[in-house]
Amino acid sequence: MKTRLKETTQSLKPMGYSLLSALLLTTGAHAADTELHGFVDGRAGVRTQNDPHEDDRSLTELRLQLDSKTYFDWGEFNARTDFVYDDLATDRGNVDLENGDGFADLRELNVLFSPATSSDLKIGRQILTWGTGDLLFINDLFPKDWNSFLLGRDEEYLKAPSDAVFASFFPSIGSFDIAYTPRMDADRYVDGRRVSYWNGTSLVGQNQPVDANRRDDWFKDDEISARFYRPILSYEAALYAYHGFWKSPTGFDPGTGNNYFPRLDVYGASVQGALGSGLVNAEAGYYDSREDTSGTNPYVPNSEARFLTGYEREVVKNLSAGAQYYVEWMMDHGKYEAGVPPGTARDEFRHVLTLRLTQMLMNQNLVLSLFTFYSPSDQDAYLRPAATYKLSDHWTLTANGNIFLGEHDYTFFGQFQNDSNVNLGVRYSF
Amino acid sequence: MKKTIMTSVLLGLAASSFAELSVDEIVNKANTAAYYAGKDGRAEVEMNIIDKSGSTRTRKFALLRMNTEGGSQKFYVYFKEPADLYKQVFLVWKEVAEGKDDSRWMWLPALNLKRSIAPGDKRTSFVGSDFVYEDVSGRNLNEDTHELVETTGTQYVVKNTPKKPGDVEFSTYTVKIDKDTFLPRAAEYFDKNGKLYRTVEATKVETIQGFPTVTESVVKDLNTGGSTVNTFNNIEYNIGLDENIFTERFLRRPPREVTK
Repeated sequence: MKTRLKETTQSLKPMGYSLLSALLLTTGAHAADTELHGFVDGRAGVRTQNDPHEDDRSLTELRLQLDSKTYFDWGEFNARTDFVYDDLATDRGNVDLENGDGFADLRELNVLFSPATSSDLKIGRQILTWGTGDLLFINDLFPKDWNSFLLGRDEEYLKAPSDAVFASFFPSIGSFDIAYTPRMDADRYVDGRRVSYWNGTSLVGQNQPVDANRRDDWFKDDEISARFYRPILSYEAALYAYHGFWKSPTGFDPGTGNNYFPRLDVYGASVQGALGSGLVNAEAGYYDSREDTSGTNPYVPNSEARFLTGYEREVVKNLSAGAQYYVEWMMDHGKYEAGVPPGTARDEFRHVLTLRLTQMLMNQNLVLSLFTFYSPSDQDAYLRPAATYKLSDHWTLTANGNIFLGEHDYTFFGQFQNDSNVNLGVRYSF
Repeated sequence: MKKTIMTSVLLGLAASSFAELSVDEIVNKANTAAYYAGKDGRAEVEMNIIDKSGSTRTRKFALLRMNTEGGSQKFYVYFKEPADLYKQVFLVWKEVAEGKDDSRWMWLPALNLKRSIAPGDKRTSFVGSDFVYEDVSGRNLNEDTHELVETTGTQYVVKNTPKKPGDVEFSTYTVKIDKDTFLPRAAEYFDKNGKLYRTVEATKVETIQGFPTVTESVVKDLNTGGSTVNTFNNIEYNIGLDENIFTERFLRRPPREVTK
């Protein structure tokens, strides 16, 4: 849908959301043209078992996304916002643009332009992604929304927005990207309000929500992510560096009794390309836990080396399969083991295998998929079955599940076993 | 009367000079006519996917194509409709050298993610249509052996047999090529049992900037009863594209050549 600005602002007025309309109006004066798209998406889901600390319903929400793009001679302006009615939210009026609480979730608000011929600059709120894993992230330290992911919202909501300056340079030797986030954008991490979790001693939820101190000092609690990538032979190779914080509040301050985000640096590399009739990828990263370099502090995670490799291809017509192996190798494991309750320590090596199966039917209008995480070392698993049916160019129906299995309450996926859920969604796109 | 004789002599001469073309020359000329017009080009495409009950789904996209070194090419497809494909980009680096695979990527804007398409997926449906990925950029001539099976007054009929039958769903396909323009006008695909199951037809041809150009094509899947009609509009050649457009930089930032 291509529309003149006049129509755009008119259609926004009834929304009563002055911020977006005002921005469109002010930038509209010299607009070449504006495109407006979006969708209305309703979802309802239930837990498949009782959770003593959470609602039986896992999702009951209706959202309207408006996505506008305006072209100028000098670049473009992007604004994308969700307006949400979440029946399970406790305080819908209180909009928190950092963690997505409240009736509005601002996904994008940025300008993109070229200050020089071989560089681009994107400034503002934006979604950032890089790395080669499929639902596994090593060098992508951009914020994730784990609650949306585990509760079964559309997969696009796994990526939470960053407020950043994203600069790209394209000299002949390769491409450089640098993302500077002046104030840390944490993950929308599992905090017990909607998803129960293991707190170190037991499974808890709304009875014990995590209330971590945010890193919110401008230019002090900042993050820098960098990537250099270029083709090598017929493969795409990349180097990465990150300077910032653990993205979930994995640190604990015994003085205040609060969780916090300890310092973290990450260095890594990846390669991907075609192999036979399929695609292969490999990625590694070293997580340097800056506040616990010796591994002796039980309140801060140890350093880790992480590695993944994967292969995907079409197995038979319209059925494709992708498998990955992923490992986290904790440094100084002995010192870590001494600091946690006996019997609840994780292994030195946490191995995870994933398998994605995708079957496309009826001219790709019906897509059946199953993504499985399985950890032989943790003896737990996470299954994500999904069915999506495109009824027409506008209407889409989805059904999906998030099933957690585990031998123990304290493992990565095992801690979510009371959160298993199934849900149904309907979306109208325009 | 004299004029008629002269005409037939001329036609006869012309026909005999055509007849001297080898099958490789014919398929090369056809490939050039179908995929290499100008140094580069641009088109707006409307794709209507019609299932056997008659219900239609529509995709609209802008297509850029550029010829690069040694017969290689790059393609950039920017989706405008439907809403769930809006701003997605399909990028192809087509390789013609023996033993080199084409590279294909899909850009997913909501995830800010460039996703590679596996080489083995080249015969997979392109965005749910009856066209396959490989149809967008053209099948590499080296993938098949070619045989001239018939020459009519106006057309060559070439039978193509894949060198690696395991990589494709057809056993052979025949292509009818117009003698005057060398444009492929119709193709028929036969399955492993020799049964005709798929047809592709150039239903409208116009001359644009001197290049005979297909402006409407129809593919039919005889097994499903479905068909897809592609209509090409606003076609331009030799627009002076920059090769940088066909890189990740311009996936993140679609150029005005496709968005305007």
